[in-house]
Amino acid sequence: MTDLYQLKRTPFHERTSRLCLPQNWRRWAGHIAVGSYDLGIEREYWAIRNGAALIDVSPLMKYLVEGRDAARLLHRITPRNIHRMSVGQVVYTGWCDEDGKMLDDGTITRLGETSFRLTSAEPSLRWLHMNAVGMEVTVTERTEQMAALSLQGPKSRAVLNACCATPLDGLKYFRMAPNLLAGRAVTISRTGYTGDLGYEIWMEVADALPVWDALLAAGNDYGIVPCGILAMDMARVEAGLFMLDVDYTAASHAWIPGQKSTPLEMGLGWAVNLDKPGYFVGRRALEREARDGPAWKLVGLEVDWEGLERLYAEAGLPPQIPAMAVRASLPILKDGRQVGYASTSTWSPVLKKYIALVHLERPHYEPGTRVSLEVTVEHHRRHAPATVVALPFYEPEWKRK
Amino acid sequence: MEAQVTSARYDVIVIGGGHNGLIAAAYLSRAGKKVLVLERREIVGGAAVTEEIFPGYRFTEFSYVVSLLRPEIIRDLELPKHGLKILPLPSTVTPLDNGDYLAAWDDHDLTRRELYRHSPRDAEAADEYSRVMARAAKAIKPVIGLVPPDPSSLSWRDVRGLLKLGRYGASLGEKEIYRIAKLVTQSSADLLDEWFELDPLKGTKSASGIIGTFLGPRSPGTAYVLLHHYMGEIDGAFRAWGFAKNGTGGVSAAIASSARALGVEIRTGATVAKVIVTGGRATGVALENGDEFSARVVMSAADPKRTFLQFVEPGHLPGEFVDAIRAFRVRGSSGKVNIALSELPQFTCLPGEGPLHRGAISISPSIDYIERAYDEAKYGQFSRQPYIDMIIPSMIDRDMAPPGHHVMSCFVQYAPYDVEGGWDDAKREAFGETVIRTIERYAPNIRRAIVGKQVITPKDIERIAGITGGNIFHGELLLHQLFFLRPAPQWADFRTPLPGYYFGASGAHPGGGVMGAAGKLAAHEILADWR
Repeated sequence: MTDLYQLKRTPFHERTSRLCLPQNWRRWAGHIAVGSYDLGIEREYWAIRNGAALIDVSPLMKYLVEGRDAARLLHRITPRNIHRMSVGQVVYTGWCDEDGKMLDDGTITRLGETSFRLTSAEPSLRWLHMNAVGMEVTVTERTEQMAALSLQGPKSRAVLNACCATPLDGLKYFRMAPNLLAGRAVTISRTGYTGDLGYEIWMEVADALPVWDALLAAGNDYGIVPCGILAMDMARVEAGLFMLDVDYTAASHAWIPGQKSTPLEMGLGWAVNLDKPGYFVGRRALEREARDGPAWKLVGLEVDWEGLERLYAEAGLPPQIPAMAVRASLPILKDGRQVGYASTSTWSPVLKKYIALVHLERPHYEPGTRVSLEVTVEHHRRHAPATVVALPFYEPEWKRK
Repeated sequence: MEAQVTSARYDVIVIGGGHNGLIAAAYLSRAGKKVLVLERREIVGGAAVTEEIFPGYRFTEFSYVVSLLRPEIIRDLELPKHGLKILPLPSTVTPLDNGDYLAAWDDHDLTRRELYRHSPRDAEAADEYSRVMARAAKAIKPVIGLVPPDPSSLSWRDVRGLLKLGRYGASLGEKEIYRIAKLVTQSSADLLDEWFELDPLKGTKSASGIIGTFLGPRSPGTAYVLLHHYMGEIDGAFRAWGFAKNGTGGVSAAIASSARALGVEIRTGATVAKVIVTGGRATGVALENGDEFSARVVMSAADPKRTFLQFVEPGHLPGEFVDAIRAFRVRGSSGKVNIALSELPQFTCLPGEGPLHRGAISISPSIDYIERAYDEAKYGQFSRQPYIDMIIPSMIDRDMAPPGHHVMSCFVQYAPYDVEGGWDDAKREAFGETVIRTIERYAPNIRRAIVGKQVITPKDIERIAGITGGNIFHGELLLHQLFFLRPAPQWADFRTPLPGYYFGASGAHPGGGVMGAAGKLAAHEILADWR
């Protein structure tokens, strides 16, 4: 009973807690999640970019949407054309309130003709129910019944092929297929949060530990590394992927209108299918915005390293950059006037660049725009020259191949 | 005994040494005025007192939590320097009849996890509910800090105030205005039914809408009182909510100490008989023992009935005003049972010593339960199965009881002031027994652990703390008794129809609780009028 005074543990806790020697734990959706298994995060980061990283992503909210109107419900609450999804297809989507402001984002997987899996960052049961009135559909939360692992990195396919009944070679980007892993029924989707080749493995809680063990055993020859969420956080910035509560605020949580964002502002124009038939929540507002163009936009920012180095040199210091992604709002200026802010910034080990996800006012969000990022150099406020770039920062050719 | 007429002339005499009176006095003194506080009892604090009824066991006798003591008062009067510490009261646990419990912890993830155990739907609704209520509270909060403008007045000050309010209202946006319009007209039961399905959740949340009123959760207007509770929430960690070190008497002691340091003179055992009126102005105060004190301004921090119907000859006030004060509802509806314990109560739903003992324990299994408790009170009985809000101060502040022993504070509703046949010792005993029996159902060891108990009825609140009707807020928090209608139309700005006489206590805007806003605002108005 007393564990009710504690955060939840994931189905892999028995394994992850033995490996998490530095006791670097973080919070994730009411769970404790491993921040890093090493004192530093470099080895885990490079597993994502050069080997295979095994990440426990069980805290993700998971919902099963089933019934005759399952597609209708998801078509209604998201700007994606759900009716056109084939069985086994996965789409990434944000979803909005009536004003076209983002509530959350996640993936939708078509498991069958009338069944879907939805993942989200925030609890969404209430929103789904509110929009399902009069429909023949049941929504079941599966967050705690279902365990999930993310296997990311260029070697991830080889690792899976070594322990799955069906080879993964035919599984295309953003597709899902059932499989047997160590004899356990799992579904595997070619998805992830790192911008690298990667897969997510979905399983019942009872199968969690055998699957973990089998993956680590099979991955041994491929340099598999259990990886915490801090390394993933760096990789996702490189991939240009944003995070709820860090890079945007859910419309339902916002205190003031200025805290809300639209999918077009978040750079999700490609995932807003205004040509899809029928009503969806927020459609009118998004049509208006698409016509006028968004007032803000999430884009990438590359800090000029030489410029940054100079600021530090003036203080007699070599450049100093935190060893992990920083979730602090940093002002961005153009000709001395603030035109936006960075919501996450990080050193990119693979690009050898200091990069940030930034929110800029029109017209400053056009790639190539020269701006400056506020940095604190030896307790003094300075401005490092930087350039607006398109996202993602990093996309290896093997990600989609 | 020879009555003495002191020649010492004060700038301001404050009647009543409760927290509002002391706060007003301290602010006035800080502004350079010569201030005298007259307190009837031998101790200051009014309804915010801590007393050792049984040797070694200290009861926070009437009020027991600090809800919204204004942080600026804490800073202005340097209360931490004078011993004020507000300790966290991190949870609310509602024991259930089926042996389980429903808890709200001070951590969002934990509370969500707990609610989810009972109802996934309510777990999510609760998140949204608290955000919606917090936004509405944020919208309405600036109003609380204002001297309420009179909508019928054309004075520049009032018009300016109304314009400011109107502009503010317009800035909120339609959704928020509708939300507030609904909140001020709904019953808490209707509001909560819109959001939740869990009976104990609705019961526990509804309780905060009825505390101190003679209404049930199905009475319209109670939803607004729920909103009051979110005022503190929106300040997050900055709020002054919790249990004061040494009980609420500790708050009073800190304010009194600060007031004295600022030069305030406090006389205890000084029962006021009359406000002296000379030439149509309040010019001083006469005590029951015949002593008289003169001052330029008199401020009452007593309840409205005493302030206007007892201290002042009715002839000095307009008939309409007297009538409005007569009609002001001050029906006491709650009692307290303070218990000295030889051991911790063991709740069957959460055995052993645990976090529930450090927070509030609420007997509120459903809205029906509370409404039924109200039914009995409507017809002159105390509730056979009352709503009880318990805390165990000795678990939060070990100085409250001897080592190994404990004190427990039980707020009990309903206990009508006008109980059928009137309150007497036998009825008080029966009321106390009802409370023990109710708690016993959830914590069977309570009876054998009792070392001593103090049962307080609304009649006792009136007798000891001097609050007419025994209403803990000096007047119910009803919509028609709030804002520019508190305590009477046209007189909500801390002035009174009698020149030189001011009013600043829980019966004035913005209402009760250990908040101190009325005292501070009254002092501000007195100083604004000073010439």
